[in-house]
Amino acid sequence: MLEKKELLELSVKANAIRRHIIDMVYNAGSGHPGGSLSATDILVALYFKIMRYDPKNPKWEDRDRFVLSKGHAAPALYAVLAELGVFPVEELLTLRKVGSRLQGHPDMRKLPGIEASTGSLGQGLSIANGMALAAKLDRKLYNVYVMLGDGEVQEGQIWEAAMFASHYKLDNLIAFLDRNKLQIDGETEQVMSIEPISEKWRAFGWEVKEINGHDFDDIIDAVEWAKGVKGKPAMIIAHTIKGKGVSFMEGSVHFHGKPPNDEEYRIAINELEEERKRLMEELSSLGGAE
Amino acid sequence: MWEMASQRMAFGRTLVEIGRENTDLVVLGADLSSSTKTRLFEKEFPERFFNCGIAEANMMGVAAGLAASGKTVVASTFAVFATGRCYDQIRQSIAYPRLNVKIVASHAGITVGGDGASHQTAEDIALMKVLPNMRVVVPADAIETSKATRAIIESEGPYYMRMGRSDVPTITSEDDKFELGKASIMRDGSDVAIIGTGIMVSQALKAAEMLRHEGIDAMVVNMSTIKPLDEETTIKAARRTGAVVTAEEHSVIFGLGNSVAMTLGEKYPVPIRRVGIPDTFGESGNWDELMVKYGLTPENIVSAAKEVIKKKEE
Repeated sequence: MLEKKELLELSVKANAIRRHIIDMVYNAGSGHPGGSLSATDILVALYFKIMRYDPKNPKWEDRDRFVLSKGHAAPALYAVLAELGVFPVEELLTLRKVGSRLQGHPDMRKLPGIEASTGSLGQGLSIANGMALAAKLDRKLYNVYVMLGDGEVQEGQIWEAAMFASHYKLDNLIAFLDRNKLQIDGETEQVMSIEPISEKWRAFGWEVKEINGHDFDDIIDAVEWAKGVKGKPAMIIAHTIKGKGVSFMEGSVHFHGKPPNDEEYRIAINELEEERKRLMEELSSLGGAE
Repeated sequence: MWEMASQRMAFGRTLVEIGRENTDLVVLGADLSSSTKTRLFEKEFPERFFNCGIAEANMMGVAAGLAASGKTVVASTFAVFATGRCYDQIRQSIAYPRLNVKIVASHAGITVGGDGASHQTAEDIALMKVLPNMRVVVPADAIETSKATRAIIESEGPYYMRMGRSDVPTITSEDDKFELGKASIMRDGSDVAIIGTGIMVSQALKAAEMLRHEGIDAMVVNMSTIKPLDEETTIKAARRTGAVVTAEEHSVIFGLGNSVAMTLGEKYPVPIRRVGIPDTFGESGNWDELMVKYGLTPENIVSAAKEVIKKKEE
């Protein structure tokens, strides 16, 4: 269990990331807020607590890798990298603009900190396989983290990659499934059912754990568990809420790939600001605001 | 007559040689390692060979991940699967991020023979050459295959290299210089230039000999790199002869003939004819019979040469 203070600090960070996400997609006039917001807490836990990572040296050979296979959640990853100091926070508002390093989907050749160019769904797990394999070949101790969307596992390549990871015993590979239950056309179980999803991954030779993807303790414990799995890859199925943190975006398929309008933007920013104030008050009552 | 030798075997043996020097070389296969001859590498370096099973899309992604971690990767399977089945994986995960992956495909073209249209591909060069950052290499014989294998592995970034299934005539020698992006003039001539690639270079040489008996002096160019095209040699050949024939075991729509025609159309227009597989799927048969049926013989090149010469004289 995290200390209350540390938990609050991560919550403050996640709040800032969510605010960046809303700012970015509103400014860009397009983008994917829903799946970015559902992935935020996992990304915050990974980059601010779990991963061995040096923001000043994003090419450090021994760093843990993170592959965002659901590339459309790029705003969340960009915001995290900017908050870490990998590139300037001011650059976030260039998202999707001509000449920007912040492409609509991540481009590893343009922006530091991006480990793989993704966006065409289904490919990130294979890339993560290759990275995990390279670590084994080089006897390096880094872990490779990868995040899949739940709609994304409808792609056949995911299951090719799932077979490969267990066949080659890639126990340095830790996958998250952002199980927010929605894809563009509606609920995953309506569009193309993926359940029983835990059983599928187990049948493919993975160790599987289901968690609440918005609970930092849950996320951190699950990664500790995954690191302890030997001889197999680990899948953490994170139950999340699409649009998490903005009331009218929560559980809404409408905001999968749509930015808020002016009025919605104002409401969203107000909500996030209220939440920030609440967290800061709680933090200061502990006598430890940063 | 020329000796016959296997391009696949030359590729497999060269991989083993390079594997001894370059410990960062990793080779991937997709259940066809005995056919593509990556099996030779697997036997020598089992710890650096990974069979991906019949799952080519994942193989391309694994290649990308290894390359992003500093490895030089060769991913090999049949041309039809390498390029067609994995087009999006190559595009998104390899070409777009310019990763150091060499896609080396065997069993290209119609000379696959008995397996028929499902396993023959006349589209692979087209699919690969249209991708930004991708370079396309088609060696003419076993000796050139060996040199090309070494060259693409030594050169950073993505490459597609194409080989046939059948043994092909050895028309180059160990001493010939091979350079990526540079064509070689196999035979000088002033009446017509035949620009060939892959196994069609030997057919072009046969055609040139037939033309000689009719008093026609044909130049033969081996265009071993399709992209980037050696425009300088292409234009030089057109300027010297004023009539060009291209020859390839690939669809005439978007292969070598298309690249040459575009270049000459814009920079040095001369009469041109493309010899290649017409806009159709192939079929089962002995490879030499298929070469006849699909218009890939020296006689086809000869008649195309006469057509362009006639046009030039009009």
